[in-house]
Amino acid sequence: MTNNTNTNHVDSFEKRKKKEEMKKQLISFALMIGFTIIAFIAVAADVMEPMFVVPLILILAVVQVAFQFYYFMHMKDKDHEMPATLMYGGVWAAALTLAGLILIVWW
Amino acid sequence: MSIAATQKRGFGAFLWDYITTVDHKKIAHLYLFGGGFFFLLGGLEAMIIRIQLATPENDFISAGLYNEMITMHGTTMIFLAAMPLLLGLMNAVMPLQIGARDVAFPFLNSLGFWLFMFGGILLNFSWFMGGGAPDAGWTAYAPLSTQSPGHGVDFYVLGLQISGAGTLMGGINFLATIVTMRAPGMTYMRMPLFSWATFITSVLILFAFPALTVGLFLLMFDRMFGSAFFDVALGGNTIIWQHLFWIFAHPEVYILILPVFGVFSDITATLSKKRLFGYTAMVFATILIAFLGFMVWAHHMFTVGLGPVANSIFAIATMAIAVPTGIKIFNWLATMWGGSITINSAMLWTLGFIPSFTIGGMTGIMLASAVADYQYHDTYFVVAHFHYVIVGGTVFGIMAALHFWWPKMFGRILHEGMGKLTFWLFFVGFHLTFFVQHFLGLMGMPRRYWVFLEDQGLDTGNMVSTIGAFLMAVGVVIFLINVFYTWAKGNKAPADPWDGRSLEWAISSPPPYYNFKQTPLVRGLDPLWVEKMEGKGEITPAEPLGDIHMPNSSILPFLISLGFTIAGFGFIFQVDHSAYLILVFAGIGLALLSMLIRSLKDDHGYHIKKEELEREAD
Ligand SMILES: [Cu+2]
Repeated sequence: MTNNTNTNHVDSFEKRKKKEEMKKQLISFALMIGFTIIAFIAVAADVMEPMFVVPLILILAVVQVAFQFYYFMHMKDKDHEMPATLMYGGVWAAALTLAGLILIVWW
Repeated sequence: MSIAATQKRGFGAFLWDYITTVDHKKIAHLYLFGGGFFFLLGGLEAMIIRIQLATPENDFISAGLYNEMITMHGTTMIFLAAMPLLLGLMNAVMPLQIGARDVAFPFLNSLGFWLFMFGGILLNFSWFMGGGAPDAGWTAYAPLSTQSPGHGVDFYVLGLQISGAGTLMGGINFLATIVTMRAPGMTYMRMPLFSWATFITSVLILFAFPALTVGLFLLMFDRMFGSAFFDVALGGNTIIWQHLFWIFAHPEVYILILPVFGVFSDITATLSKKRLFGYTAMVFATILIAFLGFMVWAHHMFTVGLGPVANSIFAIATMAIAVPTGIKIFNWLATMWGGSITINSAMLWTLGFIPSFTIGGMTGIMLASAVADYQYHDTYFVVAHFHYVIVGGTVFGIMAALHFWWPKMFGRILHEGMGKLTFWLFFVGFHLTFFVQHFLGLMGMPRRYWVFLEDQGLDTGNMVSTIGAFLMAVGVVIFLINVFYTWAKGNKAPADPWDGRSLEWAISSPPPYYNFKQTPLVRGLDPLWVEKMEGKGEITPAEPLGDIHMPNSSILPFLISLGFTIAGFGFIFQVDHSAYLILVFAGIGLALLSMLIRSLKDDHGYHIKKEELEREAD
């Protein structure tokens, strides 16, 4: 009903935005695959000390999680404050649990 | 029109209607019925426990059966009675309070209920098959739970896993509903406290249940598939179970208490004819309780030997929770202060709640002191404490809510006289039963013991406790009579029997199946009260009358849940004979097939036409 006015104009604008969005998704997807390959090589190539490999993989993982949240799950878009709050709340609860378990059970 | 049609259609159609329904109001009825049934079952188990402990060295039931009784009483009351009853109330009231036509995912809502119901039934089948019910306590501590013979604990694992999945779905559903479906003008800070409590509780469900899920899976693998997570001899660690369990189970007690905080806030404001005192403080106190609730789990484990540093941190964090809780207690008192208070059954439960729960809170702080806890731990003092919180808080709250919202949920008002009688019997019985248990505990009576010896100063106290339990039982029976009486010939309820303040009282009792003919426009906190004060008395619609989009009923949630339950039986018994694996495959197959149908078959629901809505004049 409402898109009777200016249909063509809105459509082309929407199309451009979607195309832009798709490009971003593909770039982040390619980057994530790249990160995964780096992680595999770091382990398989056997050139680095485990002391370096473990933090490297962890950093790559954190970046991947950020891509997942912000690009694939659209947390970068508008009106995602509540999902973001809940997501970080969940991360907080999980981190607390892990910290508690590690500190108390294995220390 | 629809009510007359249902009555003509007979019982089969009625049953089919409820099995396939996706309407939040009918699912609420199902939750209340299911939760009520398990509440009676858990109550029966409690009576058997109290009869066994009425006199010293009693042999009313055997020691093994006693272990099964206490385990099933705790498990049933927490997972299958209190929580579903609360989810039922949330389903019935929250969408109406925020001005929504249903929850965000009606199909998921139905699936959540049926998973809970089938999980509960599966758990209780342990009484009849597989060598007895679970007997390792509701906490199922390893290694007791990994070594318990028979299939009891297997039933515990599968039953809770299935019903827990249902609860998790319910929580996610309520979150999505409150975030996305509030009526125009219903900002977060205008939501009634019960809706706020539903929101916070759902967050707790979302974050706490995964810990239980993980723990149950580890236990399942230890018992059924030969893993050794909790087997010290093979390098496992039994304490991990306690951590995982309490990381879940401490938030769980807030899942039980926060919704009734919401109930009491709404009831106090409505029946005192005053705006809730300190609305903002109430909201933030709720959030703070939920936040702190995740950092205190080890206060259940002070005697495990975590060391003085860990114990002190958890003790102080636990005591901190008394601050937001105290804020709430004082705000309720301040709301009543100077109000014109109506003392009916709902208000009686509210008034009874405040001192009872405060006693439970006070003993909670005593228990939070790690050094003193070495005295209290695993005695009847602890039993008294958590019954003061869960019965004096949650059960009182559920009873208050039932009396308050019964007219909205079922279209009839509960009988006041019987309501008051129920309250007084239950209230007196409750304090008789549990107050004396504080002292039994301090005198050294341990919890979970089958018998106690004569002449150790425990005889009178236990007898008093049992007499109190019978008074509570009589109270519950009178409530049941009240329900049947009201169903048969109770007074028809008007739309707004209590001179209400929030949106649910602006529509008929019971509401039409589409709830709001036009989405309401909310112009302030207590929207209906705002309109009443401005002389209008009814809610302004936010939209012109138009077609309403409704979801279709579906049998698939029932079939999915049935499938998982059949698979559950398969998992339990495949240990005995691999032929039972057929049940696993058949059950999972049925569930997956139903999911596939749900995914592939387009179901766009239907529309109630504008003309039809116009014909249904109000
Ligand atoms: Cu606790």
